[in-house]
Amino acid sequence: MNGGIETALVIGATSDIGRAIAHALAEDGCVLQLAARDPARLERETRDLRVRTRGAVTAHRCDVLDEDGGVSLLDTLDPLPDVAVCVVGRLGDQAKSQRDGAAAERVMRTNYVGPALLMGALAERFERRGGGVLVGISSVAGERGRASNYVYGSAKAGFTAFLSGLRGRLAASGAHVVTVKPGFVRTRMTDGMDLPARLTATPEEVAAAVVAAIHRPRDVIYVRRVWRPIMFVLRAVPERVFKRMSRL
Amino acid sequence: MMLAGWGRYPALDCRLERLRRREDLSGLLHRSTTLIARGNGRSYGDAALNPELTLSMRAMDRMRAFDAVTGRLDCEAGVLLADLLETFVPRGWFPPVVPGTRLVTVGGMIAADVHGKNHHRDGTFGAHVESLTLAGADGAIRECSREENADLFRATLGGMGLTGVILSARFRLRPVETAFVMAETRAARDLDETMALFEASRDWPHSVAWIDCLARGAGLGRAVMTRGAFMERGALPPGLASNPLRPAPAGKLRVPADAPSALLNRVSIGLFNALCYRRGRRRARAGARPIHFDRFFFPLDRIEAWNRLYGRRGFVQYQCVLPKGDSAAGVAALLERAAASGQGSFLGVLKLFGPAGEGLMSFPMEGYTLALDFPVRSGAAALLDGLDEITHRHGGRVYLAKDARCAPERLREGYPRLGAFEAVRDEAVGAPPRFASELSRRLAL
Ligand SMILES: Cc1cc2nc3c(=O)[nH]c(=O)nc-3n(C[C@H](O)[C@H](O)[C@H](O)COP(=O)(O)OP(=O)(O)OC[C@H]3O[C@@H](n4cnc5c(N)ncnc54)[C@H](O)[C@@H]3O)c2cc1C
Ligand SMILES: NC(=O)c1ccc[n+]([C@@H]2O[C@H](COP(=O)([O-])OP(=O)(O)OC[C@H]3O[C@@H](n4cnc5c(N)ncnc54)[C@H](OP(=O)(O)O)[C@@H]3O)[C@@H](O)[C@H]2O)c1
Repeated sequence: MNGGIETALVIGATSDIGRAIAHALAEDGCVLQLAARDPARLERETRDLRVRTRGAVTAHRCDVLDEDGGVSLLDTLDPLPDVAVCVVGRLGDQAKSQRDGAAAERVMRTNYVGPALLMGALAERFERRGGGVLVGISSVAGERGRASNYVYGSAKAGFTAFLSGLRGRLAASGAHVVTVKPGFVRTRMTDGMDLPARLTATPEEVAAAVVAAIHRPRDVIYVRRVWRPIMFVLRAVPERVFKRMSRL
Repeated sequence: MMLAGWGRYPALDCRLERLRRREDLSGLLHRSTTLIARGNGRSYGDAALNPELTLSMRAMDRMRAFDAVTGRLDCEAGVLLADLLETFVPRGWFPPVVPGTRLVTVGGMIAADVHGKNHHRDGTFGAHVESLTLAGADGAIRECSREENADLFRATLGGMGLTGVILSARFRLRPVETAFVMAETRAARDLDETMALFEASRDWPHSVAWIDCLARGAGLGRAVMTRGAFMERGALPPGLASNPLRPAPAGKLRVPADAPSALLNRVSIGLFNALCYRRGRRRARAGARPIHFDRFFFPLDRIEAWNRLYGRRGFVQYQCVLPKGDSAAGVAALLERAAASGQGSFLGVLKLFGPAGEGLMSFPMEGYTLALDFPVRSGAAALLDGLDEITHRHGGRVYLAKDARCAPERLREGYPRLGAFEAVRDEAVGAPPRFASELSRRLAL
């Protein structure tokens, strides 16, 4: 009923978007492997998922700031999942990142180094097996560096480029890579921000788009879709002009 | 941001924060002198408003455990009733008590100790709560039940959030074989007949009457009653038997924008009420028929944002209960007064309650409850004070979950256990009370 996809891994399952994706995949009939850095909070999510869906769920610890980048997670997965979604990220505080190198590094490692290494390690195994879907949650913020959040944006840009290369490499193997670029999403990350309603998605919308992109493999998706033309235009703005508007 | 209850009156500028995990609560408590928890904002008036800090509980919506043998559910307070229904009806379980909308939270159902169409048989929602966890002013979390912190438990059922923040609760769902209710409609030509119908319907698990609030004279209190009982699988007609626990059919109406309040005038409301009454009579002749629980319990949920019907200034729902012995005279006086005012209530609902429960501030008591809606406009305030006076004269009280304007004295007279409530609350929370709402301020609770 869901095209042979039986087991799905969600890394960053204690985020609002991760939770929504996990529930949507469970609805879809998947057995779930949930990974997050805080076991106590993950327990809350696994219990909720079990009660609501009666589905099978296992919990796994994964912190991308660990020495090994969290890659030892892979040794705890049995079986190797058919789908792996990485939701891990950190918005950070741009002003703080500018002053404090360690803070900037945390943002870079959390949005780029960690997720990229995880996807890379999973890709090795998916390639060997000859199939599977890797989904990376990047961001429209990675399309162009803006003065107001370029530390986060540049890390997402790195992740987007990594996923793009990985997609090309795996094309022949039967494994597929989906890049998800949300615009604004109403979550803990954006709590208290005044977001334009028409451009702002719910975590459930992101989850539905992810499940759809798994079933009918897509390369790059924007959620909401209006972000695609918006980013198309934004990428075309000459740097000379963008420089002045990018404080927004 | 501007916040209001379902009646959209009053609207206040409140600082709204979301609680996402219980660990975050003590930090929030430190940052504010008073606060009130808010569920899904389906109380009508000012119960879930505090300008200083209104704490949205909607993100506390995890289910914790479910026992498929006993039906016992442990869930966080922000879980929506709609979510419970979606999750458990297909498995053959139904909440013991549901109010007239499924867009309420478990916390809101406990804090208002809500009643359903089955109150005469099953009491309030609180009667089925086995235990709850409550965060107090010091951030400490207490387990409350009939055995442990029993006073605090009784004060929290119907306590309108004033005893603390309910974090989670345990209660038992009931087995149902189908999602369908065998419903029967009966028309009654006046108040005596309507009340006789309630008496005659005691054995029906669910009953409620829609009352024509414009009828006067000989027709005063004429009503259309609906009563029903969940159906067993074998009783379903063949068309429904294939999928007895099916979800509600989709389809929603929406009130597009703020309706001009002139739309609701004597003529249109009179016409609406007369039409409903006639349709009811037709249905009555048609006999009992199976209808989906969603239509039976939550007819208004099909019209999204129907609260806009009353226009920009909002509306007030007046709901009171009168002791049984005084009900006939009292309800007649209330209806007479409302009809004479020309303020026109769109919706009038009458129901016979069973005995009062254990909640110190719970609304229901044995007798009739009447609910009427009035748009906020000139003349409404005087009318509502008039209704209060009648309610008071007959020994009744108003429902805090609907209230936006009752006076402190009236409240004290109506709730004899208010003193006991305050004593328990003060002991648990300390003084001045940290958990406060616009409602508690207005009523000097
Ligand atoms: C169409 C409609 C039909 C209705 N029918 C009925 C009915 O048949 N019977 C009935 O009894 N009621 C009925 N109601 C009223 C409704 O059930 C109650 O007002 C209920 O409390 C609303 O729940 P909520 O989650 O929206 O809470 P809110 O309206 O947000 O809050 C209500 C009260 O509960 C408190 N509260 C909420 N969550 C918590 C928490 N976690 N901890 C502590 N306090 C909390 C708030 O402080 C406030 O005092 C109806 C309302 C509507 C709109
Ligand atoms: N919200 C938006 O508007 C928006 C827009 C575009 C893209 N995104 C992206 O969507 C994803 C989810 O974001 P969100 O909005 O749901 O916010 P979020 O709750 O902050 O999600 C971030 C997730 O990453 C996890 N994480 C952080 N550091 C980690 C580490 N060292 N190791 C492992 N996990 C770590 C967090 O874990 P904890 O739960 O333990 O904190 C959390 O689950 C992020 O990648 C974000 O960049 C969001």
